[in-house]
Amino acid sequence: MRKNLLAAAATLLLAGGLTSSAIAAEKLKVGFIYLGPVGDLGWTYQHELARQAVVKEFGDKIETTFLENVPEGPDAERAVEQLVRAGNTLIFTTSFGYMDPTLKVAKKYPNVHFEHCSGYKRDKNMATYSARWYQGRYIQGEIAAKMSKAGVLGYIGSFPIPEVVSGINATMIGAQTVNPNIKVKIIWVNSWFDPGKEADAAKALLDQGADIIMQHTDSPAAMQIASERGKFAFGQDSEMIKFGPKAQLTSILDTWAPYYIERVKAQLDGSWKSADTWGGLETKMFEMAPYTNMPDDVKKLAEDTQAAIAAGKLHPFKCPVVGQDGKEVECKGGDHLDDGQILSMNFYVKGIDDKLPGK
Amino acid sequence: MQLILEKRAERSKIVALVSPLIAIGLTIVTMTILFMVLGKNPISALYVYFIVPLTDGYSLQEIAVKATPLVMIAIGLSLCYLANAWNIGAEGQFLMGAVAGSWIAVKTQGTEAGHWVLPAMLLLGAIAGALYALIPAICKVRFGASEILTSLMLVYVADLLLDYLVRGPWRDPQGFNFPTTAEFDPVATVPTLIEGGRLHLGSILALIVVAAGAVLLGKTIKGFEIRVVGAAPRAARFGGFNANQLILLTFAISGALAGLAGIIEVAGPVGHLQPGISPGYGFTAIIVAFLGRLNPIGILIAGLFLALTFIGGEQAQITMKIPLDVTKVFQGILLFYVLACDSLILYRFRIVSSSPQVARGAH
Repeated sequence: MRKNLLAAAATLLLAGGLTSSAIAAEKLKVGFIYLGPVGDLGWTYQHELARQAVVKEFGDKIETTFLENVPEGPDAERAVEQLVRAGNTLIFTTSFGYMDPTLKVAKKYPNVHFEHCSGYKRDKNMATYSARWYQGRYIQGEIAAKMSKAGVLGYIGSFPIPEVVSGINATMIGAQTVNPNIKVKIIWVNSWFDPGKEADAAKALLDQGADIIMQHTDSPAAMQIASERGKFAFGQDSEMIKFGPKAQLTSILDTWAPYYIERVKAQLDGSWKSADTWGGLETKMFEMAPYTNMPDDVKKLAEDTQAAIAAGKLHPFKCPVVGQDGKEVECKGGDHLDDGQILSMNFYVKGIDDKLPGK
Repeated sequence: MQLILEKRAERSKIVALVSPLIAIGLTIVTMTILFMVLGKNPISALYVYFIVPLTDGYSLQEIAVKATPLVMIAIGLSLCYLANAWNIGAEGQFLMGAVAGSWIAVKTQGTEAGHWVLPAMLLLGAIAGALYALIPAICKVRFGASEILTSLMLVYVADLLLDYLVRGPWRDPQGFNFPTTAEFDPVATVPTLIEGGRLHLGSILALIVVAAGAVLLGKTIKGFEIRVVGAAPRAARFGGFNANQLILLTFAISGALAGLAGIIEVAGPVGHLQPGISPGYGFTAIIVAFLGRLNPIGILIAGLFLALTFIGGEQAQITMKIPLDVTKVFQGILLFYVLACDSLILYRFRIVSSSPQVARGAH
C-alpha cells in the first residue's frame, strides 16, 4: 500500500510540472514566500499569522504552503517557481526584494496569480499590496516627543529606502508638532532582521543621549535593551509588549489577515483582479497596539490623532513639507504630498540633523 | 578494554574511497530517526530530498544553476588551500567581480553597444576579483599579515562598496529610489541554454574551469609546485620553489574565478546589481572545496550534491511541510559525518586492553 502511495506521489510530482493547473482545480493551493523564519516575532511572523487566519477561514477548501528564510537574491525566483510547479495558483511574496523574481515568474505563468508585498511593479496577474505605515509613525512621533525628557529620539533604520525614509520623516513631523526643537539620532543596521546589530544600535543610541527608541527593523532586541535600561521604545510589526512590559509605548501591528482573506476569497470565486492596494488606518491594513506606559493626556492625544488620520482629516505629509535645505517640497497632492512622492521619498525633512545615505 | 584512535602508518586507500559512502549512510540513518521523531514518513522524506529533484528537467537545471557559482569559486579556493594559502574572502572577490562587470553594463545601458559587452564584463569581473584577492596576498607576502583575517575583512568592504553604488551613482532612475540598478540590456546578459529555463552559459564555463583545474593540478609543473608547497614546505624550499610567488598566483586565480562567478550570477540569474546578490556563496564554497577533498572532480560532485540538498530542502518544505531548519540540520549532519569519517583515512580505531591491574579490578 505504502509503495503504491509513493508511486502515486511520484507520478503526481512528475506530472506537477506539466499539468499544475489541472491538479489545482480540485482544491485551491495558496503559497507564501517568507523573508525570515516564521518565528522571527516580527515581519514574517505577522504574515504567518495571516496565513493561519486564512486557513481558519477557508478550512478544507484550500491548502497553504510556505517557504521560509528565502533570501532576496538569485534563489528567490526558484522558490517562487517551485511553488507554482507544486500547483499553487495564488502566491504571496512577502518582501520588497522578491519584486523582480515574482515578475519574471508571473510572465512565465500567466494563469497563476501573484500578490507582491511593498513593491511597485505590477502585471495582469501580479498585484501589489502594502500599508501606509507612515501614518502610524506620525502618531509615534507625537508620543515620543511628549515622553522624551532629553528631547532626543533614537531611530534604528534598516535600509535607507523610501518606506523607511518616509517613516523617519513622518515621525519627525509628528514630533515637531509637540516639540519644534526635537532631535533624532539615526543608526542604519543594513539588515531587516539582525538581533545582535539591532541591540548594539539601541545601546549606542541610548549612550548618545536618546531616551526613546524607535525602530524600523523586525526583531524585539531593541525593545529588550530599552526595557533593561528603563527607557521607552516602540515595537515594530508585531505586539512586543512581552519584551518590554514597562517600556513599550505602542507598536505598529501589521494585520494582513483581512486582505489575505479577501484575496483568497476572490481567487476562489473567480473575481481576482490585479490591483495596487495601499491601505492605512482607515482600512485597518495595519493597527496600533494599545497605548501603554504613558499618562492619560498623551494617550488621548495619540487616540485623537489616530482617529483624525483614519477619518482623512489629518495627513502626516500635509503641505508645506520643508526639506533639510529649507526649501518647501513641491505639493503634488493638493494639500498634501501625493502617493508617488511618498513612495519615492528620498530626502529628510527640516530638523533632522543627519545626512541621508547615498545622497 | 579501551578504544583508542591511532595514527595510521600510511593513508588507507580503501577507507578514502569508502569514507564518503559511510558518511552518507550514517546521515541517512540519523535523518531517518529525526524524520520519525518529527512524525514524517522517513522513506518519502528521503525520496523528496534526494530523488524528486533528479526526476524532472526543471529541477536538474536549478541544481546546475545553484551549483555553478559554488563549483567555480571552490576550484579556485582549492588551489589556495593546497598551497597552504588561506583565502577566506572569496565572498568579497565574488562581489567585486560583480561590481566591476556591472560597471560596463550600467555605463552601456540603453546605448547601441554591441556583443562585445558581455565578454568585456566577464573579463573585467575576473580581473577585478583577481586584483581584489591580491590585496591580502601581497599583505601576507610583504608584511606577513594573516591572510585569513585580511581576506575576510575585505568581504565587508566589498559589501559596503556594492551597497553604496546601488544606493547612489548606479541607482535605477525609474526605480523609486530603491537600491538596485536597472535591468541589464540583453547584450549584457548571460544567455540561457534552454528556452524558458534558467540554465545558463555560466554552467558550461564552470565545467571548463573544473577541467582546467584538473589539468593544472594533475599535468603541470605549476600544479605540482602548488601541492608540494602546501604538503611539504621545507622540501619545496629545497626544491627551489618560490612559496611567495605561489601564494600570489593561487590568490589571483581564486580571486579571478570568484569574480567571474560573481559577474555571471549578476548578469545571469539575477539580471541586475542589487545588495544581497550572494546568499553566502563565497563561504559555502569553502565547504564545497573541503567536501570535494580539494580535488576538481570531487568539488564538482560536492557542489552538485550540496545544490541538490538545497533544492530537495525546498521540495520537502512544499510537499511534506518539513521546516527549513531540518534542511539545515541535515546539511550540518552530513558535513559532520564527512569530516568525522575522513579522520579514519589517517587514523584507525584500535582496541587495547588496559593495564593488567585495572583489568583485574574490573572483574
